[in-house]
Amino acid sequence: MNILTGNDLKTGDVVWWTGEAWSRHVSDAAEMGENAPDVMAREIAARTVSDCYLVDAERTAEGILPVHIKEKIRATGPTVRPDLKLAPPDPAAGNWVI
Amino acid sequence: MYKYDNYDQQMVDTRVAEFRDQVERRLAGKITEDQFKPLRLKNGLYLQLHAYMLRVAVPYGTLNSEQMRMLAHIARKYDRDYGHFTTRQNIQYNWIKLEDAPDILADLATVEMHAIQTSGNCIRNISSDQYAGAAADELVDPRPYAELLRQWSSFHPEFNYLPRKFKFAVIAADEDRAAMRLHDIGIQIVKNDTGEIGARYYAGGGMGRTPMIAPLIRDFVPIAELISYAEAILRVYNRYGRRDNKFKARIKILVHEMGAEPFIAEVEEEFKHLKGLNIDAPAAELERIKAYFADPLFEAGLPDEIDRSDPDFAVWLDQNTHPHKRPGYAVAVISLKPTDGIPGDASSAQIDLMADLAEEYSFDELRVTHAQNIVLPHVKKADLYAIWQKLDAAGLATPNLDLISDIIACPGLDYCSLANARSIPVAQKIAKRFADIDRQKELGELKLKISGCINACGHHHAGHIGILGVDRKGTENYQLLLGGSGAEDVSLAKITGPGFDEDGIVDAVEKVTEVYLGAREEGERFVDTYRRVGIDPFKEALYG
Repeated sequence: MNILTGNDLKTGDVVWWTGEAWSRHVSDAAEMGENAPDVMAREIAARTVSDCYLVDAERTAEGILPVHIKEKIRATGPTVRPDLKLAPPDPAAGNWVI
Repeated sequence: MYKYDNYDQQMVDTRVAEFRDQVERRLAGKITEDQFKPLRLKNGLYLQLHAYMLRVAVPYGTLNSEQMRMLAHIARKYDRDYGHFTTRQNIQYNWIKLEDAPDILADLATVEMHAIQTSGNCIRNISSDQYAGAAADELVDPRPYAELLRQWSSFHPEFNYLPRKFKFAVIAADEDRAAMRLHDIGIQIVKNDTGEIGARYYAGGGMGRTPMIAPLIRDFVPIAELISYAEAILRVYNRYGRRDNKFKARIKILVHEMGAEPFIAEVEEEFKHLKGLNIDAPAAELERIKAYFADPLFEAGLPDEIDRSDPDFAVWLDQNTHPHKRPGYAVAVISLKPTDGIPGDASSAQIDLMADLAEEYSFDELRVTHAQNIVLPHVKKADLYAIWQKLDAAGLATPNLDLISDIIACPGLDYCSLANARSIPVAQKIAKRFADIDRQKELGELKLKISGCINACGHHHAGHIGILGVDRKGTENYQLLLGGSGAEDVSLAKITGPGFDEDGIVDAVEKVTEVYLGAREEGERFVDTYRRVGIDPFKEALYG
């Protein structure tokens, strides 16, 4: 499956397309399917998120996660500074730190 | 150290105002990211893995305490309370918000700092010897010449869109502490047979995907023609450097493909043409700059004896200080490589402390090293114990300078969007494996350098032991290299063979150190033994 990501223009935060809006949490990401080109074109035109692109992802026990390690780290924060990692929206969702 | 004149300050202030306007237009949606990206990069603002990253220039690695405190202030106010000192003697902040960037640059401008030309295909921050002005072995202080080059290269209209980025290093000692010959241009300030000061020019060095050692281009350029000769090299590069292929665009490729002799002939021809144009700074301007780098008011008659009764202090003293040119003084190096830390990272409190120490003990001066440590260049030997106590209390007294745990590591995949593998966790595991300081000292000088991708920001080609992280079918994999050096015995490391996983590379490093311990002869460093015995015994131990 593909999910859509980018960086928030103002903050630079990594964000994920939920189907309606952008979320900081990859677990909120929506599968893009055939909608991807239309959504990307619209969001790039809106100029609130930079560098939009699609990412390979999979459903896991912890929810949707990118497949590649780079995107996993991008989604969660540096592996070497637990204090800087993005807290999961649901603390019960477990720790999928790499 | 150098103080801005009205022109310097006006240039920086004007750039802040210009960038504020550009950011406002971007945030208002008046310009696209494609239009904005080159503008933000001109101000050192990248979009990295997690957020915007700002790279702040520290010219030739020299700072005063006020500037250092400003770096702490930025970390505290605008970032996540820490900064990362880099292999270009700069500092980077990893969690910057675009809307804050103009205010950060305005704050920096109040202490004569900026982020101009820390990105893009232009002449980047000039690097130098971190012991400049203090080292016992230097001919002269190289920083006035680095400053002259900084002024010449700042906003140079002809060299703002080079084929690729361009890096200078300037040294003035035979011991190369700045990896000078691994730069696009490396300059050693030398004296000729008649006692005249001049510049020995090397060009076409670099690391990255195609590492090259810069060949000698000219043995002696009179110092009055320092800028003309640099201009001649840059003009030849600008004319012939490739713009069709980013990976073949650095000057090292041009020098290699053209051949050193034909390249030199082109430079000399251009130099002849430039000689009549009077582009060099007048002697008075160089003297004006030199005055800013005059020695501080060193005291005479200070004792050289140091009380070594505290054994922990004695270990640090032996490892982390360097001879100073004046009796009674020493150069103290603050390691930013604690065993569980991140190479080059310092918290705002630590940065403030280092500023305080500089102000109290080191004539208000600090240096950033390309090995990602901080230097207090001029401290009285009698003050070293007090300095060590304060460093120790702040977690800054790791006694590992130039030992195996004094690791250069790029940010790697934890922060960098270009990286293929993480560097920092590997550095931490190696530091932990060799945490015993006695074991490290037994191994002696051993420069270990880790890059998370082929761009080689972690200088793995120049490591006695180098590690290169690669992406192997979506998994991090680490290649081991041996035999590199960025010093005066410059050499490029060679890959040993197939790579290892994250734990395997730590075992591999341990194995090669064991080969060294078994084979070394009296007085040999790791790299000396490697050069004498060759790669085979190491490969045998690694791959059997």
